[in-house]
Amino acid sequence: MPVKSYREAITETLRQEMRRDKRVILMGEDIVGGMGGSSGVFEAAGGTFGVTAGLAAEFGRNRVIDTSITESAIVGAAGGAALTGLRPVAELMFIDFIGVCLDQILNQQAKFRYMFGGRCTVPVTIRTLMGAGYGAGPQHSASLHGMLASIAGIKVVTPSNAYDAKGLLATAIRDDDPVIFCEHKFLYGESCEVPDGEYLIPFGEANVTREGNQVTIVAFSRMVLLANKVADKLAKEGISVEVIDPRTASPLDKDSILESVEKTGRLVVIDEGGPYCGMASEIASLAACEAFESLKAPVQKITPPHTPVPASAELEQEWIPSLAKIERAVRATLSANL
Amino acid sequence: MTRQSRLHIPVSSARPGERPDFSYLQVSPAGAVARPSIDAEAGSIQDLAHTLIRVLDETHHAVGPWDPALSADVLRSGLRYMLLTRLFDNRMLKSQRQGKISFYVQSTGEEAVAVAGTMALNTGDMLFPSYRQQGAFLVRGSSMVDLMCQLLSNTRDMCKGRQLPVCYFSVAGNIAAISANLATQFPQAVGWAMAAAIKSSDDVAVSWTGEGSTAEADFHQAVLFASVYRAPVILNVVNNQWAISTFQGFAGGECLSFAARGPGYGLASLRVDGNDFLAVHAATTWAAARARAGVGATLIELVTYRAGAHSTSDDPARYRPVDEHRSWPLGDPIERLKQHLMVLGEWSEDRHAKLTEELEADINAAWKEAVSYGTQSEGPRLNTDLMFDDVYKDLPPNLLLQRDQLRKMRS
Ligand SMILES: Cc1ncc(C[n+]2csc(CCOP(=O)(O)OP(=O)(O)O)c2C)c(N)n1
Repeated sequence: MPVKSYREAITETLRQEMRRDKRVILMGEDIVGGMGGSSGVFEAAGGTFGVTAGLAAEFGRNRVIDTSITESAIVGAAGGAALTGLRPVAELMFIDFIGVCLDQILNQQAKFRYMFGGRCTVPVTIRTLMGAGYGAGPQHSASLHGMLASIAGIKVVTPSNAYDAKGLLATAIRDDDPVIFCEHKFLYGESCEVPDGEYLIPFGEANVTREGNQVTIVAFSRMVLLANKVADKLAKEGISVEVIDPRTASPLDKDSILESVEKTGRLVVIDEGGPYCGMASEIASLAACEAFESLKAPVQKITPPHTPVPASAELEQEWIPSLAKIERAVRATLSANL
Repeated sequence: MTRQSRLHIPVSSARPGERPDFSYLQVSPAGAVARPSIDAEAGSIQDLAHTLIRVLDETHHAVGPWDPALSADVLRSGLRYMLLTRLFDNRMLKSQRQGKISFYVQSTGEEAVAVAGTMALNTGDMLFPSYRQQGAFLVRGSSMVDLMCQLLSNTRDMCKGRQLPVCYFSVAGNIAAISANLATQFPQAVGWAMAAAIKSSDDVAVSWTGEGSTAEADFHQAVLFASVYRAPVILNVVNNQWAISTFQGFAGGECLSFAARGPGYGLASLRVDGNDFLAVHAATTWAAARARAGVGATLIELVTYRAGAHSTSDDPARYRPVDEHRSWPLGDPIERLKQHLMVLGEWSEDRHAKLTEELEADINAAWKEAVSYGTQSEGPRLNTDLMFDDVYKDLPPNLLLQRDQLRKMRS
């Protein structure tokens, strides 16, 4: 099977869905990336990370639409176009800019179907970039999937690898509800086997990336990579760690998490979102409420501190959950007994 | 032929490899635009949003009613700050390429915007710049060492290692912290100005935003507030033709000028040659006097060209002709002021070369000192506890706990 990067998988899925369905259009800042030379490639940049490069050349500028710098209009117009039956994929350059367009999500798209008596569909996908590690500072580095998952009426997807990114993005674009598709900036260069053909990964279906029976790690987005590394390291010592990647923060696959916790009795949650009112707290509360009797140790939450993301590499590296922190938490869980 | 709706997608006038084409630019001859009294009704001076205020003519003389009649000393000072800005940018760009700093934004080709604009104001006037007005910091006396330490995120970084490089501020210089998110400064400047009016102070607020950023709702809402409350504020739109890879047509520049947004909201609006130091100075002086006299706010479009890349993260050769800046009809702001001083007999190539050398030496000395406070890889280290400071006034118990946990991890 061909090996592709997360970035390539996303580009390929956009192309595949646009070929498959004329109603799919893309909108966003710099997504065409200017007009390349009259000879050779038509467009140049293709977005900040080159994800949309090459698409305007194939589908034309009526379907790959460079926009003015106004997130509220990009997301608002995507909602309006979706009401006509189009399937817009709007790009929010960084998830932090959700602040500028939140009303269109929180009070509009999330409630269209509810307000219109169920007589409309809102097939909007908002692709956005999140995550720290680039030294981009407090206004360009947040991971807000947990905050968004708290909104009823939208779905929130957090792919952790190229294979999932492809299957989940196709599902997002074909979904009749608004979906926020959170791409982690640090995953674009990560590769794995990705089939050339179409496939869909359903929402609300977790992926068990490592099987084990002594402790369960639930991790989101880039943190799945770190969890896998820790699991592999501990496996060499004979410690059996199960890693669960929920793949979608909303809907959440509670069953897979509960099943695993019932088996291991020990739970560590890792998330790059905050420690307060986020996915880590959500999963911990799930275990406390629905698997209390199985727990043999307190749940460990590994998240960044409750602060904005600092820019300097030194501060930022300490801010992001590290392999060492995760490993320590897993060991602490294993040695604790309720 | 059947008529039907269709989507208009703006197209830039030239692609990479093609001949630059600025025929879309409406230029008035120097001296041609009238200068109204500072208390003219906004509605009576709407033409100023469409013409182009220019002072320096083709022979480098200052002409017409907008000539601010500045002394040779002030002109030389302006030249010095613009040159310093450019040389500082060049040096920091080099440092970024050497991997000493992670990110940089240059203002090459548009130095007059920040330098002349700031020099025309009083020191008590509050500035809300975007990331491309570093010249304002130099004019307001920020030390280069301080700016460099911010870029280096080192032990003397004013932002304590927490903000993106180039997001400086200056307490002593009355300059608000730069925001990495666009257009946010506009409503803040208007609010500051409203407060100044409430307190009957004589100070005005001044903000700058790129033409691309005028698409954000913040721009429109700020212009509306400025107009409704006649706040003592100057709102500058720096039209440097490009917003990363997106040309100004996508911000609405294909139809009307950016200054033309003002009259619709009832605001006095000027369209100004942003590469003409004298014109920028004169327009800012007019707007500041109008604000101080209680007449109200002014929107100023400064027409210029971003001669360099957007930042150190993009390659303009991929979206515009590489030599486009050479065909820019409004020239280079430093060269134009230099030529003007020379025709006045107040400057020479010799003095210019000496000044360049002197400024480069200053910059090198400042860099040497700045790196002694630490770089990304060498020298004194930042205290990583700093990530917890200033989230709130006092560190709450949960953050104290998290700080202690991180300390334990470190040891
Ligand atoms: C709210 C928000 N949206 C998008 C961005 C990403 N971005 C940074 S600079 C930029 C272009 C700005 O262009 P313009 O306003 O013309 O100013 P210039 O950079 O040309 O000075 C964009 C899209 C951002 N920082 N903030």
